[in-house]
Amino acid sequence: MRIDHKRLRAAMAGLLALALAAGVTACGSSSDSSSSSESGGEGGGAIVSNPKNAKVSLTIGSKNFPEQEILGEIFTQALSAAGYKAKSDLSLGSETVAHQAVKSGTISGYPEYASTALTSFFGVEPEEVPAGATAAYEKAKAEFEKEGLTAFPPTPFASANAVGTLKKTAEKYGLKTVSDLEGVSEKLSLYGSPECRERIDCLAGLEKYYGLKFKSFHPVDIGLRYTVLEKGQADLSILFTTDPQLSAESDKFVILEDDKHVFPAGNVIFVTKDSVAEEAGPDYEKTIVEVQKGLTLPVMQELDARVELEKQTPKEAAAAYLKSAGYTG
Amino acid sequence: MASPALLAAVGEVGEGFIHHRDSANRSCQAIPSKLFCWDWAREHIGRYATPTVQHLELVVFSVVIGFIVAFALALLAHRRRWLRTPLLIGTGILFTIPSVAFFFLLEPLAGRGRDTAIAALSIYTLQIIYRNTMVGLANVPASVKDAARGMGLTDRQILWKVELPLATPEIVTGLQIATVSTVAIATLAVFAGGGGLGTLIKSDLSFKTNLILAGGIAFLMAIAFGLILFVVQRLLTPWRRVETT
Amino acid sequence: MIGALLPQPVLASVKGAIEFIFTPQTSNVTGGKTVGGIDQVIELALKQLELTVLALALSLVIALPIGLYLGHRGSGELFATAIGNAGRAVPELALIAFMAAAIGVGVLNLMIALAVLGIPPILANTFVGIHQVDRSTVDAARGIGMTEFEILRKVELPLAIPTVMSGIRGATIAIVATATIAPLAGVLTLGDFIINKNVYGNNGVLAGAIMVALLALLLEFALSVIQRRITPDGLKLKLKTT
Repeated sequence: MRIDHKRLRAAMAGLLALALAAGVTACGSSSDSSSSSESGGEGGGAIVSNPKNAKVSLTIGSKNFPEQEILGEIFTQALSAAGYKAKSDLSLGSETVAHQAVKSGTISGYPEYASTALTSFFGVEPEEVPAGATAAYEKAKAEFEKEGLTAFPPTPFASANAVGTLKKTAEKYGLKTVSDLEGVSEKLSLYGSPECRERIDCLAGLEKYYGLKFKSFHPVDIGLRYTVLEKGQADLSILFTTDPQLSAESDKFVILEDDKHVFPAGNVIFVTKDSVAEEAGPDYEKTIVEVQKGLTLPVMQELDARVELEKQTPKEAAAAYLKSAGYTG
Repeated sequence: MASPALLAAVGEVGEGFIHHRDSANRSCQAIPSKLFCWDWAREHIGRYATPTVQHLELVVFSVVIGFIVAFALALLAHRRRWLRTPLLIGTGILFTIPSVAFFFLLEPLAGRGRDTAIAALSIYTLQIIYRNTMVGLANVPASVKDAARGMGLTDRQILWKVELPLATPEIVTGLQIATVSTVAIATLAVFAGGGGLGTLIKSDLSFKTNLILAGGIAFLMAIAFGLILFVVQRLLTPWRRVETT
Repeated sequence: MIGALLPQPVLASVKGAIEFIFTPQTSNVTGGKTVGGIDQVIELALKQLELTVLALALSLVIALPIGLYLGHRGSGELFATAIGNAGRAVPELALIAFMAAAIGVGVLNLMIALAVLGIPPILANTFVGIHQVDRSTVDAARGIGMTEFEILRKVELPLAIPTVMSGIRGATIAIVATATIAPLAGVLTLGDFIINKNVYGNNGVLAGAIMVALLALLLEFALSVIQRRITPDGLKLKLKTT
């Protein structure tokens, strides 16, 4: 039995070389987590690149669902166009995780809903949440100041949680408002995000203010909120009022009216640390406030639709928005 | 594309930006019940490039590191019998603990990110390769070793010129099993912040086309590695028909 | 003693995790609601155990008969090895997500997905175990008048137990590991602590990881005990002296 050492060695060397080569080429590839900073301003867009901003690095975060990721991308790209070294760190988690991240300095800032900030962070009861966008903003900003954070003025659009269901379920039980669930909810299962159990504008509020008890609550990923309704597993699911599925498939899904106002609508306010805002200069707030102006409800729903229905990336949708609205060239 | 002059005031999106969507005019990917959207897949396959490369990185590094450590440990245990049982038990325990758990058990020590993922995956490959190397070495017939000793070879020479070459099929089988399994498990690396194809899966759990593409790439990668290593094994050991474990 | 070797932040994390396992705490992440505690931990651990056992049972019911039959006949070696290798190649996260999206969430659907992972190792190993029994032994048994089924049951299977059990243990490891991420498909197992840091905090994550590891080790230990009990004594002696 001859052992062919030469062949053995050659093969071993070949294997090793293959492994090393794969490793080296892989090392050379760039990761996709940070967005490219565009050298903005040259294309003729409204945002002009200010060279003074080049020394400031910003990390923009977001919560873990598409609308948030789109907003995060819009802000990142806009700030890059304004000359900042901006990168994104999206989909961090729920509001408490994002809040921690901005307080600890992991991110520079992120977009939060004024209503969520008030109810989840500052213990404000839903009925005390001011109805007007500016009033809610001012109240939230005042609370944030106590933590050394600040908030920028709100977007035109607002979004809220909502209890949604299939149209045929609503017809079967005669459901038009959330209060209609009284007496019926014990037979129905509710699906929501994991943090929904604790939020006052979610399960906690439904139990406390509407006095509803459900047959069961199942936490699932936000991305599955329509899937569970379609598959017939969920009788009820927590949806967002800005969801594109509600208009694209209006014959299928319906949301129940929040007659007791437990789910206040929130405009988006950008939350950041005072110190970060100071260091970044006036262009920080100016750019964000400017670029938000175009985010009316129809526009936000359109962007949501592009990402959730047409499966575009948040980056693509954000870029398209900025271009169409004339912010970038 | 409208020139800036034709646009309304800045902040207003251009005409036709907002599309009307209803059940009638939905594109394939907007229909949840669709299993696979070919057009979308063809257009967007580029999205899967970087995660695939990340995935390859995870696998290659884990297997190489696992191999080096396992091989070293096996050589050590081969010489010192008393090490064998503790090492076998030790690596066995490590193997039983799911990699997902390891991602987080190691986090206090190694932080989040790719390195932790690679460390956890290496632990997994380590056990497989160690066990197969030991079995391979143990399967060398005593008569062959005696004959070699009779020819005047030292213990060291016997190890490198006789035992290891004879153990090669078993070792390469171990590599094969380890690599194929690691490609599959590396989809979970996203939980450790380690990137890979798992990030694409987790980013859209309801889009079946995406799941099929990302999962399919991982599956094919695993099969490809398996076949390559199978061929390598055949090339290295033409004299022996290999029995699979 | 060990405490002296580990750096302070690691010790603190471990302490926090142990506390999480035993006492319910007001989560410092979600502001108020109590999480953790031995009741919740046991509940999720039992759920994971239930899921694992069900999936394993389904895998055994499907894979054992096929493996035994093919192994005894000696045919289908390529099929069995191919299935074994392909089974290893199935990406767990994609499998769970796809089942959830295609069939739906819930224990029953998840069981099927996990069985997909459990069947290949059991089938492949059963085939190999039976097939590798010395042909002369089988011929001798046939010679003394045993039926094919008796040969399988009294001769081949007992001799194949180590290999078959090895396959079952491999299947169990794969199933337990994947059952950890079952929360993505709506079934709450210990993985909930790990995946939903939002709700449970860092302590919860580490606690979840520790509990998953313990559960896996427990199952492995149980299976090794079972293996020792069903391995015939003669075989035990033979394996010891090899």
